[in-house]
Amino acid sequence: MRVGLFVPCYVDQFYPGAAIATLQLLEKLGVDVVYPKNQTCCGQPMANSGYEHLTGGCNKLFIENFQGYDYIVSPSGSCVLHIREHLHDDKQPELAKQVAHQVWELTSFLTDVLKVESLPSRFPHKVGVHQSCHGQRGLHLSSMTELVAPDFSKPGSLLNMVKDLELVELDRKDECCGFGGTFCVVEEAVSSKMGKDRVADHLKQGAEYITGADMSCLMHMEGILKRQGSNVKVLHIAEILNSEG
Amino acid sequence: MEVATKNHAELADIFNKDEDRVDWHDETLWWIRAKRDKSVHQLPEWEALREAASNIKFNVLSNLDIYLAQFEAAAKANGITVHWAADAQEHNEIVHGLLKEAKVTQMVKSKSMLTEECHLNDYLATHGIEVIDSDLGERIVQLAGEAPSHIVLPCIHKKKEEIGDLFHMYLGTPSNMSDPQFLTETARGSLRETFLTRKVALTGVNFAIAETGEFVVCTNEGNADMGAHLADVHIACMGIEKLIPNRDHLGVFLRLLTRSATGQPITTYSSHFKKPREGQEMHIVLVDNGRSVQLGREDFRNSLKCIRCGACMNTCPVYRRSGGHSYHTAVAGPIGSILAPNLDMRKYADLPFASTLCGSCSNVCPVKIDIHDQLYKWRQVLVKEGYTPKAKTVAMHVMATTLGSSTLYHAAGKMGRLTIKYAPFAVNNKLNPWYKNRDMPEAPKESFGEWYAKNRKK
Repeated sequence: MRVGLFVPCYVDQFYPGAAIATLQLLEKLGVDVVYPKNQTCCGQPMANSGYEHLTGGCNKLFIENFQGYDYIVSPSGSCVLHIREHLHDDKQPELAKQVAHQVWELTSFLTDVLKVESLPSRFPHKVGVHQSCHGQRGLHLSSMTELVAPDFSKPGSLLNMVKDLELVELDRKDECCGFGGTFCVVEEAVSSKMGKDRVADHLKQGAEYITGADMSCLMHMEGILKRQGSNVKVLHIAEILNSEG
Repeated sequence: MEVATKNHAELADIFNKDEDRVDWHDETLWWIRAKRDKSVHQLPEWEALREAASNIKFNVLSNLDIYLAQFEAAAKANGITVHWAADAQEHNEIVHGLLKEAKVTQMVKSKSMLTEECHLNDYLATHGIEVIDSDLGERIVQLAGEAPSHIVLPCIHKKKEEIGDLFHMYLGTPSNMSDPQFLTETARGSLRETFLTRKVALTGVNFAIAETGEFVVCTNEGNADMGAHLADVHIACMGIEKLIPNRDHLGVFLRLLTRSATGQPITTYSSHFKKPREGQEMHIVLVDNGRSVQLGREDFRNSLKCIRCGACMNTCPVYRRSGGHSYHTAVAGPIGSILAPNLDMRKYADLPFASTLCGSCSNVCPVKIDIHDQLYKWRQVLVKEGYTPKAKTVAMHVMATTLGSSTLYHAAGKMGRLTIKYAPFAVNNKLNPWYKNRDMPEAPKESFGEWYAKNRKK
């Protein structure tokens, strides 16, 4: 199995630790992972702002970099959802479709493709999980409180395999953190308030760490935590699943 | 076309100046959302009901002309006078005409978001007609001189103390009285007087049944019935999308509506109107006002399935923290944000952007409208039609060029990280909206790409 590692642009630039952990975790699980070096961005920042027509360059690069792999795996639900739903290329529509279908978000790749049942990791801390909207509602990584359906969580089931980790239960299980891409600057007031409220729920439950399958939401919450002078840290789920402390 | 004078982000910013109020607003609506969850989880068939409702509405929208003709014929046979209004102006003129015919200058009105959409009260006021809203929440915002901030809970933005002040000012209650029981009794007494003296009553329509030409009005206060039963003339106004084919379908929608809206199993009053009683006149006004245009927009057609339960507002984290008035349109929240641009793209170009696209709205929608996907699609349309600020377009072009090239991306990434590291003042300032309430991420010494090149030589 050859896997192409898709590292979103902002993770590449600001959170290399999340990408390193993803790579190491996959390698640990015996996967042959390659990082195509000319990759950039999935195009979502433009598309969600209404400029999907400007994403041609990103689409072309993505297809060039990721064609030919059995799977493409990424530590970001949001970027994966964007590729799955919107990757297209008018010159080679079939290839674009094929590539889009091969993209997997990390935790669902671990649970659904690799069918991981145990992990050698240990993380002796109280952890709150932020269910990012695109991963949860878009990729169905976990059940949604709005729907009448059985309860499940792919990130949750993986975290439960980590030794000495204690998951905290949130009052609002799947409320949005307010990041929303360019929403965080265009609607600064509401976005910040949503972030503050989301963080407050985790703090109330005594979380020492906030984790999730999407670094963008974690970046948002980290910005709020730091501004508040909090000691609570954010960590991408890959970093916890890969930790051996 | 009206020029955009209001903007969701700016209005939300003003609303957020009072954080305690935002918390209170958020928690009040969340409480209703939680009630809704509790109530729907009692029905194992909930998702099947949603699917059925969505399909029934799909059928209605696909055959709207046929169902409308069928409804008109059946309603006429029942003795109801049917009127057609192409737009808000025509709707208002028809209602005004009926009031003139009845020689009245006063009217009692139960809840109808359509009349809000058409600004009926203002129109009638300029023609010397006084309208008293009989829904308690609507009466409160009417006294306050405001528009409803929510389609089901019109005064959800008002605290009981503020309502006490309004009643003190307009209904003669003692000052500083905020006991809900007392205030409700006061309103009840005052409205009873109105019901007894008004000759014309206007109601909305929740469901109109094509097969039988009858319609159903749902209220929790019985105010629609009080108005309609005591008046000599009953005018019912409805958007043309309110139709359902048969009586059989009503059970599906009545089960969905109030569970979604407030978490109740059913509305307290689901009143069926079929024909005027002896000596009474019954009129129904069928209003298009942009609906047939929306029907023609394939991507947005589904928005006409809406049964106005308000669930999308209660669940929307943005609505809860920005208040209904920040949407500056009759129907606020996620559904309003996909309906409003159809009415006026320039005026409402901001609304599809007032969302994080979290998708909770689509999940609670009892008729399964793909609300968040439509918000995304509106953004694409509004940009293409040129309703976005020039600066944003320029920034997006720069971004697309940078991210569309590996070389430019790596250079820009390095520059960005170096800027944050060595010149933090360039980003940590008031011109950066992120920085207002959030710190910037730290700049790592190398990108993942750089780390990979060093550590995984392949």
